[in-house]
Amino acid sequence: MNPSRKRVERLAPWAAVAVLVAVWEMLVRLFDVPSFIFPSALETAQALLTYSGPIAAHSWQTLWTTLIGFGIGVAVGLVLGFIIGSSRFLYNACYPLLVGFNAIPKVAFVPILVVWFGIGSIPAILTAFLICFFPIVVNVATGLATLEPEMEDVLRVLGARRMDVLLKVGLPRSLPYFFASLKVAITLAFVGTVVSETVASNQGIGYLMMSAGSQMRMGLVFAGLIVISAMAMVMYELFALLEKRMTAWAHRGQPC
Amino acid sequence: MSSAFVAFEDVSLAYDGSGNAIEHINLSIHEGEFVAFVGPSGCGKSTFMKLCTGLHAPTRGHMQVDGSPVTGPLKISGMAFQNANLLPWRTTLDNVLLPLEIVKPYRHQFRKRRDEFVGWARKLLRTVGLAEHEDKYPWQLSGGMQQRASICRALIHQPRLLMLDEPFGALDAFTREELWCVLRDLWEAQRFTVVLVTHDLREAAFLADTVYVMSRRPGRVIERRAISLARPRPLEMTYEKPFIDLVQSLRAQIGDVRSH
Repeated sequence: MNPSRKRVERLAPWAAVAVLVAVWEMLVRLFDVPSFIFPSALETAQALLTYSGPIAAHSWQTLWTTLIGFGIGVAVGLVLGFIIGSSRFLYNACYPLLVGFNAIPKVAFVPILVVWFGIGSIPAILTAFLICFFPIVVNVATGLATLEPEMEDVLRVLGARRMDVLLKVGLPRSLPYFFASLKVAITLAFVGTVVSETVASNQGIGYLMMSAGSQMRMGLVFAGLIVISAMAMVMYELFALLEKRMTAWAHRGQPC
Repeated sequence: MSSAFVAFEDVSLAYDGSGNAIEHINLSIHEGEFVAFVGPSGCGKSTFMKLCTGLHAPTRGHMQVDGSPVTGPLKISGMAFQNANLLPWRTTLDNVLLPLEIVKPYRHQFRKRRDEFVGWARKLLRTVGLAEHEDKYPWQLSGGMQQRASICRALIHQPRLLMLDEPFGALDAFTREELWCVLRDLWEAQRFTVVLVTHDLREAAFLADTVYVMSRRPGRVIERRAISLARPRPLEMTYEKPFIDLVQSLRAQIGDVRSH
């Protein structure tokens, strides 16, 4: 690929954003939509600037609760994935349960969490955790469970114990799956936090949007939406970068 | 002939209710012998390997390796398969070192004697012609090179029994012949016992002292043939008449098995 083409490709995502914003602005103006229903891009940007102080404070709240929930999700997901993936019996026994659990809309947990822990950061953290640990468990468990039988023979004949095989082969092999799941999990964790904040908090972007919406300040609501998606995007890219660095061997043949 | 290193007495194995995978196997392999098993697909050659290495217990009969009954995995054996199965996150050198991190007594000495072990691995890799590829990752190697590394991994803990399950099956004809010679030279130098499972009659005849022909499932040994070709055997020999006649008669036998 020549350099100018490469530059075009690098700029393409930004161009897509610019086009979307332009279309948004145009449509709102064209149909003269009132700003208390659908604010224009310009009004949203104004709200973003005007309320930058409170938005920053609430964003910070959302960010740290998300990261704590995500952190717990990673720890629990890794351990659970390792346990389930290391035995065919446990894999078969627990998998349907996990799928069933995953199918429950996590917003349904929020009222329960509020009863248990009251309003505030804790339900947000726990909702983020509940929503994000599942893909980690599944990916780690699958990575471990799909070991080549021949590789296992090579090691077993040497007197390898189950734990040897898991640590020397299974765990490194499941790392690309693990890092791939982190990208999915971090975005889900944001969803969990914001959902919980809209229902049961007086802090965070979710709360900000909820209260701004009830006052018909739609510019602020949209500003909140944009801030959330920007935070999630940055975190996603961060974990994509981490994935690439940690498991370069799994992306062979692609120029880095 | 020395007493048997591997001895099978009326050994049968059934995985489940569907009948025997192999049955009534009687054979003895002496230490340092190179034997090959040939037969139609699904004749239980791989099952035989699992029995030999103690990964599977027979349902009937007795087997002894090195004078004692087989009760569990035999760490005096090394294995290599058609698929090289190298770990993609380890360099070639680290892949070859893997067995030493697992097998006793080396696993407890691994940190202390690491430099010495690396020396073994480098020497082994040099003998198979991989000296310049030690630090490459498996996916940077060709299929033939991966298979060489896989054989080195099977040999690093100096096993007395090398089990090869169609190790050259996925290679092109030229690379395959090259690797025959690599294996021949390794064996000539170290004289471990080799059990080679293969579909390739030329391969079996070129490398082995003894060729066992197996029947269709349930697998039985229907012929034991000593290969009396003089050693060392040069590759050119495989294009001469005595060798071709030998392969043809083996071929006829397999044809018989297939048609029945």
